[in-house]
Amino acid sequence: MKDFKKISVRRMTKRFGEKTAVDDFSLEFCKGEFVTFLGPSGCGKSTALNCITGLIPITSGEIWIDDECIDNTIDKIPPEKREFGMVFQNYALFPHLTVFENVAFGLRLRRIRRADIARRVDTALRLVHLEGYAAKYPAQMSGGEQQRVAIARCIVLEPRLLLLDEPLSNLDAKLRVELRYELKALHERLKVTTIYVTHDQTEALALSDRIVVLRLGRIQQVGTPAEVFSDPANLFVADFMGFKNAWTVKVESQREMDGAIEARLDAQGIPLTARLAWPRGDPRRELLASAQRKGTVLRTAIRPEDVEVGTAANGNPLACLATLVEYQGQVSQVSADLVGSEPAEPGLRVDLRTASRVEEGERLAISIPPGKILLFAPTETAAEAAGWTP
Amino acid sequence: MRGKPRFSSALFFAAIAAYVFIVLGILLTVVLNSLSKGWYSGVLPPYLTKEWYAYAASDHDIPSLLSVTFTVVVADVLIALLIAFPAAYVLARQEFKGKGLVLSLLLLPMIVPPMTYGIPLAMLCYKFHLAARVIGVILVNLVPIVPFMVLVLMPFIEQVGANLESAAKMLGAGRWTIFRKILVPLTVPGILTAGILSLVKAISMFDLTYLVAGGRSQTIVVALYADAYAAGSRPPQAVDALAVIYFLIAMTCLIISLRFVSPTQMVFKLK
Amino acid sequence: MDAVKGASRSGTLPLLLPALVFLVLLFLYPFAYGLFLSLTTATGEVSLANYARFFSDARDLHTVWVTLQIAMPITFINVGLAVPFAYYMRHGMRGEKLITFFLIVPITLGTVLISEGMLTFMGPAGWLNQLLMVLRIVKEPFRFTHNVLGVVISLGLQGFPYAFLMLLGYVSGINPDLERASQMLGANRWQTFWKILFPLMVPGIAISFCLNFVMAFSVFPSAVLLGQPSGPTRVIAIAAYQWAFEKFNFNAASAISMVMAAIELAVISFVLAWRSNMYKGASMVGKG
Repeated sequence: MKDFKKISVRRMTKRFGEKTAVDDFSLEFCKGEFVTFLGPSGCGKSTALNCITGLIPITSGEIWIDDECIDNTIDKIPPEKREFGMVFQNYALFPHLTVFENVAFGLRLRRIRRADIARRVDTALRLVHLEGYAAKYPAQMSGGEQQRVAIARCIVLEPRLLLLDEPLSNLDAKLRVELRYELKALHERLKVTTIYVTHDQTEALALSDRIVVLRLGRIQQVGTPAEVFSDPANLFVADFMGFKNAWTVKVESQREMDGAIEARLDAQGIPLTARLAWPRGDPRRELLASAQRKGTVLRTAIRPEDVEVGTAANGNPLACLATLVEYQGQVSQVSADLVGSEPAEPGLRVDLRTASRVEEGERLAISIPPGKILLFAPTETAAEAAGWTP
Repeated sequence: MRGKPRFSSALFFAAIAAYVFIVLGILLTVVLNSLSKGWYSGVLPPYLTKEWYAYAASDHDIPSLLSVTFTVVVADVLIALLIAFPAAYVLARQEFKGKGLVLSLLLLPMIVPPMTYGIPLAMLCYKFHLAARVIGVILVNLVPIVPFMVLVLMPFIEQVGANLESAAKMLGAGRWTIFRKILVPLTVPGILTAGILSLVKAISMFDLTYLVAGGRSQTIVVALYADAYAAGSRPPQAVDALAVIYFLIAMTCLIISLRFVSPTQMVFKLK
Repeated sequence: MDAVKGASRSGTLPLLLPALVFLVLLFLYPFAYGLFLSLTTATGEVSLANYARFFSDARDLHTVWVTLQIAMPITFINVGLAVPFAYYMRHGMRGEKLITFFLIVPITLGTVLISEGMLTFMGPAGWLNQLLMVLRIVKEPFRFTHNVLGVVISLGLQGFPYAFLMLLGYVSGINPDLERASQMLGANRWQTFWKILFPLMVPGIAISFCLNFVMAFSVFPSAVLLGQPSGPTRVIAIAAYQWAFEKFNFNAASAISMVMAAIELAVISFVLAWRSNMYKGASMVGKG
């Protein structure tokens, strides 16, 4: 029961009446991995998690652990027998039991000897730095402490899979960072296979071995944090991971250069050169070629921090007029209108981050390294790209 | 895992069905009996007749009964609102020394047997010549209604956040204006709920009315009891006829009230 | 919001005044008067004669036992049945509105009508007996009325909906994640109910029990109409009433009603003590 090699979710779908919450979800993950389901509200990440726990019945698809099918919609192993641990967003600590009794709850159900229970509870509480809290009641503790009890309550049972449903969302910012470190340390130490659900990309990047980005029930991308961060699969993921500057561009020309493609683009009158590191055979090459042939538009994506302020021209030298400056201490977030697009058009907006001091109304010289411009197929509307449905 | 819910759900529905059967049975029997002639055995009466209603009408001054009932119930609800609303406001909004005491005292009538305060209260009514008069009945029934209303109103007032009143004050509104333009309009659902629930409850209130009512100040439920008690002195079908009249009034009020209020609110809501 | 609460003390008293006047005039004063009456004789001297009389009069003392015998079991049954029913419906269910409507009807109609109706429906020639005989559950009409059973049934018909609806509201307020957490930790339904839900329901059960008991113990019209008020169902309320309005001895009557109140208070204290004993943890069961 305890040791397994991999868990595989095959084409899992969950429908609530007309609405499809999770659509054709397939994923395989190995023992010891930390996988995060990442996405905005309503993307189906919590639903997917609850389907895997067995708390929600799935509409179609299968869930397998190694060679054992634990759910195929007809037969399913009930949640209480799966040996999974779950940590809830609102902690779900039993208010009428002490910390000790909460953590010991699962052990008592398994009729473990009293001495062993005491020892294991003690170890678990130590692991979450709550020694000495055993006799307290949840209501006497802060949110962060309660969440740590919740975690201890799970890991004391040595579950084969640990599931966390936005465990840090109810905590204030500082606590969130603290507890995030602790979760990471805990995972390093215990190496429990973990599925983590969040809408916060920082958490996902910091904690995961792999990230699954979801939108409206469908998987958008599965990859390591580095992959999802630097090489998003589509405009939605890019936007979610912090890329901005999604300009509509036409492809003027393209040519091969050192294994990458150099494309000349026209962003409503403003010329841009992009260097796309797409290997041979990458389907995106075909996308680019087709866009150039048919004259259809594509969308760019550029990280605000990749836009450089100053005249050190690394390529794509542009001018812009700062309209809104948000001072954030280390850097400032600036919204500016690009100068140079057709005068009749509303100015193309550029979002950038810079450590230099910028004033509103200031004229800035900026440059965008060609390698930092990503290109994607356009989606219907910008709103859709951001994950909002009409 | 699937089998268990099916067994318990069957049990559940069987129990509910039995309960509904009994309740419906009781009501239907009363209605049918009031219209029956010669129904001594068998499932249905052999003949139907309206004579019992005529009997009841001549036996009782029905219009008087109805008007007394109506007067008492409406008066109780209105007076109780005037007492309960400000009290509920203070208890919901403010902290003050002795708040716990006041709240406990207000809730006492709900746990003290009606006889315990009812008998001395009736005595006092007789002393002050308030008994056997509608005014006495009104006063006596206030005792259980006011605490009930306070309990119903408090959550509604809590729902209207205190910061709304603060906002109004900042905009320059005086206390009376705040009361008129903010508090009352926003608590109208609560007032309606409390009023309707109390109205429905008041129609069936018996124990206290019985202690102070006299000939011309009986509510219909007391008249019904008196009829049923003196079982031998009039035909049971006539008693049922009066029961049906009472039943129609109570049910009408219930059905109207369900448009505004959900059934679970009829019962005191625990926190 | 808490900063504002209690800030304007000046307005408290006038708003509370009507309620305080009401309380004092219509409740506290009569209660005190009743207490005073119970401690004085007809001639006006202060003494415990009324209580002595009650406790020495076998027939009157017996009413305590009779009433307890009726009230205790039905309260246990009402609350005891309400718990599983409320548990079952805690997540809502089909036909909820219809079911709750039928549960409300007896409460709305009141004791008198229900009792009156039961006399016919559950009488020897009534539908219930006819059905039972057709189903061969009984050979001759079963006596449901003019006995203790009739009174108990009528208390059940009204008390159960009260208990059920109160508990349903209470159970619905318990955080559903607690159940899921329990499941994930390996508990089956039974274990989840006994170790998690039931302890959290205890406060609600306690209040429900107290209110139900008060209603049952104060029973009056149904004991008269449906029972045998001169014998097996001579409840304590009847005794008090008779002393007051048939024998016109208000001192004796007050003593009896004070004893009633004392018994109720004792039971309530006992239930609340049980509740505090069961539930040492915090009272936070909210969905937060």
